[in-house]
Amino acid sequence: MADTNPAFGSLKGFAVTFKQLFKKPITQQYPEYKRPVYPRWRGRHRLWRHENGLEKCVGCSLCAAACPADCIRVVAAENTPYDRVSAGERYARIYEINISRCIFCGYCELACPFDAITLGNEYELSEYNRDDQIYTKDMLLAPPIKQVPVADPELYDTPIPYYKSHS
Amino acid sequence: MSEPWWISVVKGLVLINLLLLVFSYATLIERKVIGRMQLRYGPNRSGPFGIAQPFADLLKLIRKESFFPAAAVDVLYVLAPLTAAFAAMTAFAVIPFGPGWEVAGYHIAGQMVDVPIGLILVFAIGSVGIYGFIVGGWASESKYSLLGSMRTCAQLVSYEVSLALSVLGVVIMGQSLSLPELVEKQNGTIWFVVPQLIGMLVFLFAGTAETSRAPFDLPEAEQELVAGYHTEYGGMRWGLFTMAEYINLITLSGLAVTLFFGGWLGPWLPGPVWFLVKLIIILFVFIWLRTTVPRLRYDQLMRFGWKVLLPVATVNAVVTAFFVVLI
Repeated sequence: MADTNPAFGSLKGFAVTFKQLFKKPITQQYPEYKRPVYPRWRGRHRLWRHENGLEKCVGCSLCAAACPADCIRVVAAENTPYDRVSAGERYARIYEINISRCIFCGYCELACPFDAITLGNEYELSEYNRDDQIYTKDMLLAPPIKQVPVADPELYDTPIPYYKSHS
Repeated sequence: MSEPWWISVVKGLVLINLLLLVFSYATLIERKVIGRMQLRYGPNRSGPFGIAQPFADLLKLIRKESFFPAAAVDVLYVLAPLTAAFAAMTAFAVIPFGPGWEVAGYHIAGQMVDVPIGLILVFAIGSVGIYGFIVGGWASESKYSLLGSMRTCAQLVSYEVSLALSVLGVVIMGQSLSLPELVEKQNGTIWFVVPQLIGMLVFLFAGTAETSRAPFDLPEAEQELVAGYHTEYGGMRWGLFTMAEYINLITLSGLAVTLFFGGWLGPWLPGPVWFLVKLIIILFVFIWLRTTVPRLRYDQLMRFGWKVLLPVATVNAVVTAFFVVLI
């Protein structure tokens, strides 16, 4: 009886909302508490070096070609015996990512033949100025200033791809 | 000895500031309570526990750009929110919050003005406030605003009938239209809420619709109907409309306390405290209602107003009159 009468249904709703009043809110207070991101979370880009200090990027522009948002700009130059920057024949003289255009699809890290570029976990990328959102090669080679907590990969059954774990 | 003019001025200033303070914190409490009912915190960034939130809102609204739609009727566009806010604040003047006091030979009434037809005055001024909503929508020269103000107009006019009829039972039982007298009639006996329970329920429902709050908030259904009469308003002009709505709600709750819950009457504590406590409980019920019940469709709204509330209120008034004559 009580279930079919719409008036009783409404009263039941009042009981539900009143009970909610005494529960602890499930809100995560963001700037104070940063929820650990998923280990394969695609955030800020990172360029990598070999162990001997040479850059992995050879300036082939495959990442720029793969980018659907067209946010990567690569200008390559020849390595010389006196000024050797990368392990290959050429190196990226200019490597810029316009982070405000990037859609974080991860195609650049898939396209890269040398695993020189990967997507990190950092997501706090806002700036007061649009010019500050163009990341240069030096910024991408350096470890990110802001670090975010990352969840334990053991919690998830998805494998971490090779290019993420071996850069 | 009645009040000299300077006591009225001081009392008016104190009362209007108290009213505005209660209004601003009612917005904060509403957001907090709704937040907790939805397992959120509500505003908690400005000041400890969001204490400064009303002032932050006020500063933000005042600093916003004051704009006009190009085709708006200037004078009416500006006057509409002022009218709404003015009428809302005026209506509170007759709500009694205390029995009145003798201070240094002067009698200070427990309300701003003690008029013998206080109850009618509240409804009359409330109707003037409706002009603000209707004219505001019309003067903005926008089809959404015009449609919204027509919707508001239809809803407020429909529910005003039930609202006025629902208090008729109390008037018949108390045999007075003066609000302090109606409170005094409840002194020593049971409150009018017991014999007039149906009248109280009709009053609360019609009052919810009259102050256009959820689930009857079609005049400002911001999620689906492009707000309504205040679509073209921004900044503090919009703030005045919202303020008018909230103060109408407070006035209506005050009226409910006065008519059905014994006004300032109560043991131990002084009258104004009891009035405030009862007022806050009624406000909480309104907030509770808002967060629990989904918004009605427009035809449901009209059907509920004319086919449920109006007959119930009429029958309630007639039956009450019957019993009063009989006994």
